[in-house]
Amino acid sequence: MNFSLARASLIAEADMVGIAGERAVCDPRGVLYFPDLRLLAVSDLHLEKGSSFARRGALIPPYDTGATLLRLQAVIADYQPAIVISLGDSFHDGGGAERMHQSFRERLEALMAGRDWFWVAGNHDPEAPADLPGDTVRELAIGSLLFRHEPSKVRVEGEISGHLHPCARIVQRGRSVRRRCFAGDGGRMIMPAFGAYTGSLNVLDRAYAGLFRLETLMAYMLGAERIFAISRSMLRPG
Amino acid sequence: MTEQPRLADRNAAVLLPELFVKWFAEKGWSPRAHQIELLARAQAGQSVLLIAPTGAGKTLAGFMPSLTELANRPRRKPGQAHRGIHTLYISPLKALAVDIERNLGKPVEEIGLPVTIETRTGDTPAHKRQRQKLVPPDILLTTPEQLALLIAAPDARRFFEDLCYVIFDELHSLVTSKRGHLLALGLARLRNYVPGLQTIGLSATVAEPDELRNWLVGQNPPKTLKSPAMAGLITVAGGAKPDISILDSQERVPWSGHSARYAIPEIYEAIKKHRTTLLFVNTRSQAELLFQELWRANEDALPIALHHGSLDVGQRRRVEKAMGENALRAIVATSTLDLGIDWGDVDLVVHVGAPKGASRLAQRIGRANHRMDEPSKAILIPANRFEVLECRAALDANYLGAQDTPPLIKGALDVLSQHVLGVACGAPFNADLLFEEVRGAAPYAALERETFDRVVDFVATGGYALKNYERYARIRKTVDGLWRVSHPRIAQQYRLNVGTIVEMPELNVRYVRQGRGMAGRGGPVLGKIEEYFAETLRPGDNFLFAGKVLRFEGIRENECVVSNGAGANIIVPSYAGGKFPLSTYLADQVRGMLADSGRWQALPEQVADWLRLQKEKSVLPKRGDLLVETFPRGNRHYMVAYPFEGRLAHQTLGMLLTRRLERAGARPLGFVATDYSLAVWALDDMAALFKAKKPSLGALFDEDMLGDDLEAWLNDSWMLKRTFRTCAVIAGLIEKRFPGQEKSGRQVTVSADLIYDVLRSHEPDHILLQATRTDASAGLLDVSRLAEMLSRVRGRIVHKHLEQISPLAIPVMLEIGKEPVNGRANETLLMEAADLVEEAMGRG
Repeated sequence: MNFSLARASLIAEADMVGIAGERAVCDPRGVLYFPDLRLLAVSDLHLEKGSSFARRGALIPPYDTGATLLRLQAVIADYQPAIVISLGDSFHDGGGAERMHQSFRERLEALMAGRDWFWVAGNHDPEAPADLPGDTVRELAIGSLLFRHEPSKVRVEGEISGHLHPCARIVQRGRSVRRRCFAGDGGRMIMPAFGAYTGSLNVLDRAYAGLFRLETLMAYMLGAERIFAISRSMLRPG
Repeated sequence: MTEQPRLADRNAAVLLPELFVKWFAEKGWSPRAHQIELLARAQAGQSVLLIAPTGAGKTLAGFMPSLTELANRPRRKPGQAHRGIHTLYISPLKALAVDIERNLGKPVEEIGLPVTIETRTGDTPAHKRQRQKLVPPDILLTTPEQLALLIAAPDARRFFEDLCYVIFDELHSLVTSKRGHLLALGLARLRNYVPGLQTIGLSATVAEPDELRNWLVGQNPPKTLKSPAMAGLITVAGGAKPDISILDSQERVPWSGHSARYAIPEIYEAIKKHRTTLLFVNTRSQAELLFQELWRANEDALPIALHHGSLDVGQRRRVEKAMGENALRAIVATSTLDLGIDWGDVDLVVHVGAPKGASRLAQRIGRANHRMDEPSKAILIPANRFEVLECRAALDANYLGAQDTPPLIKGALDVLSQHVLGVACGAPFNADLLFEEVRGAAPYAALERETFDRVVDFVATGGYALKNYERYARIRKTVDGLWRVSHPRIAQQYRLNVGTIVEMPELNVRYVRQGRGMAGRGGPVLGKIEEYFAETLRPGDNFLFAGKVLRFEGIRENECVVSNGAGANIIVPSYAGGKFPLSTYLADQVRGMLADSGRWQALPEQVADWLRLQKEKSVLPKRGDLLVETFPRGNRHYMVAYPFEGRLAHQTLGMLLTRRLERAGARPLGFVATDYSLAVWALDDMAALFKAKKPSLGALFDEDMLGDDLEAWLNDSWMLKRTFRTCAVIAGLIEKRFPGQEKSGRQVTVSADLIYDVLRSHEPDHILLQATRTDASAGLLDVSRLAEMLSRVRGRIVHKHLEQISPLAIPVMLEIGKEPVNGRANETLLMEAADLVEEAMGRG
């Protein structure tokens, strides 16, 4: 099939990681794809963050939802997943789905059509998004994997989560580079935030304390065209 | 004294109230001619610009009309309502306002005037502000930001309705920035409250006094006047000619660099020979370095202090106090000391590094010897050979009285947005009337209605093509046609974000005892350091700050924790701001000097030799020409151009040239720019390309590079992002980041970079992006200067192909490798880090 050929060429061996025995592609655009499951995971879309700010008087451009959907459209077109999991904080607040411009809603629904779509509940959006298809779940177990929004305090092998918006920073030759990243230790993985207006928090921040096996922790930093796997010893706080 | 007919030929006693005449007589003084002249003009109802050198009694002159009027005013009877402010004095610095309160208080007390004088700055406690609103002083001394806040208060009109005079001190330094735009809009508002308002501007010598004269008066309606409205002008000639020399060092003057380390022993000797020496440098990094080196040489343990804008306020005040008491022998300072605060008995100014502008040099030298009839003494210390030329040119200019203050720029739209919201916070406004009022402010005299309406739209709903935010509007037009703030919360937010000074994110430098590491707490704050510098440090690194070697322990919330450091590998912080490019005027002078071998006699022998050698090995361009040299070196091909247009314009030129050379197939690898020249290197022979006219040199330097190439590059430039952040904060789109706000707040707030990316791809013509591009073109990119240069050199490019590097090219060639060059550099760094990992893991 044509599209599977296209998919195969996307899957560079260098960007493959193992999580609890499952193989996944860390896509430099910030999504995780499991080829064997035809499953795409994306986290922290924070749709309608712009309008959420506008409600409080900060009139930042209302184009974040459009920008985020456009990028999501691109990865879905490339991988053609059968299952999509949005790992929580899909909307910046509970009223987000309702406020969404009709044209964006239509685009989102077109993306959802023909695949299984799961909205994992997040702290920003604990309820199911208004009038949108898809199943809203607290967490989701598939094979040896467990998808949830916040990483659990008690270690669960195979857990894929978001919430913390990880980024990593290195210093080379006196210059500092900070990028969003996937953070994983082979057993669990925290995904970068995907939304256009989402900031990020360094993986060395105390918010991550106790979550990883430090000796195997890697930050998969997002490059323009590839992932850069950086071990903990190279990482800097801040 | 002045080119205008004098009004004050009448006896001074006619103009001066009895009390003043007595006071002058008791002091054994007589009023100076310009003081009386200014008084006469003001009494005749004029607004006036007074241009005078330091020490000419400018401040007293400025207040003379107010003081005499207040002296004659009948006292307020008990039970009568309090009168509003009579005179508003605005200074660029808080410290200056405080200084004036002291200096003005003394004569007022001695003369026995019933006049109250108070300051209102960011440091004024809330209860005092409150009281000032109820019982306004006669004279209020304040800053532009405080004026903006006063205007945004509901009782503004009442507060200002008795206002007679507004005095602007150091007007030349206020008007050239966005702060000046905000202030001009504030002045227009005051004029709306009091149509007959008179203004008095006090300024150092400037190139275009007429610009300031325009600025001081209302520009409305400009169409009906043949010539634009202007304030009167009084000019006081400079005092004694300063005694300036260039250090003719016994040491070898280096090719490049900015430290002037070679001259330390000679500088130290000069300090020993004088009472108090003021040492000026151009950047904070240079200040730290020079201070360190001087103390290394300081065998006599002379009291030498350091003063720059990143140091803790407390420490700066201590230095200023010690200076006022003449307890110091030398002070190393940056531009924070430029402005007219009175500083004890300085008898020598040493300027380390080239002054970059002739006016700046004149100002700084004016710091020595505050009595205008004695000559100031100054020594210039060029840090490298091109700076020798520049110092010589600046010195000639100072003798000639030439001036090169930057031209005033059109009023910025982000500032206008802030003002429009501020006006609405004060009182509902009618858009037609506000438009006319705004056009009365000189920087906005040419503002178009359509642009103004877009600004109002931006303030209301963000002004986006996607009309999504109508229901969240910050201001709304009500049925009576007036725009009103839609919620009291908007006014609160406005007050927190007022002003146009947007700092780079900074961290406090917190000192802890050695060996305590990050656990140590409670030490003093030494000052502030830019976040991006702190982020390049590793725990254990040593760096130079506040004149000390500090050991970096780590970053804790908004603090950079340090302890005592030592060692050989000391890093000097770099700062984003504070680097002035070479002024257009000086650049022209330097080109003139290069072209005229007759003037080389005035140069130190080693520098003249260098130029002679250049003439022999290559060529020296004529004053209006652009010299471009090409030569091979190693396995690369170099092109060096000498436009002398300043580092910013050269960087922009470098970016554009490499794009073009890339297209021409020359495979350029990078470029480096200095204030004087620009070097580009490539894998292919560029000289051969020029010869084959693929492209010709003329085509390569054609002005059309400022079209699409500029646009394309600009959009991806970090400079535009940085500029956007500033505009977005000023325009009130995003909030200022206050100290103490935690970094983990990153998840919650939206960074300006992300907003920029989204806005650029969805609405590239948005008004804020327009404002950003205008700013970047004028500021970090210096596009207008580049455009002038390209047009000047058309048909006048001299190409010289050489077998090897020329003497003139050495300085720029030494800069290669010091700065990163290409946009993909970050990816390369990541690649290196990732490769290191692979190597360590034994993979790949």
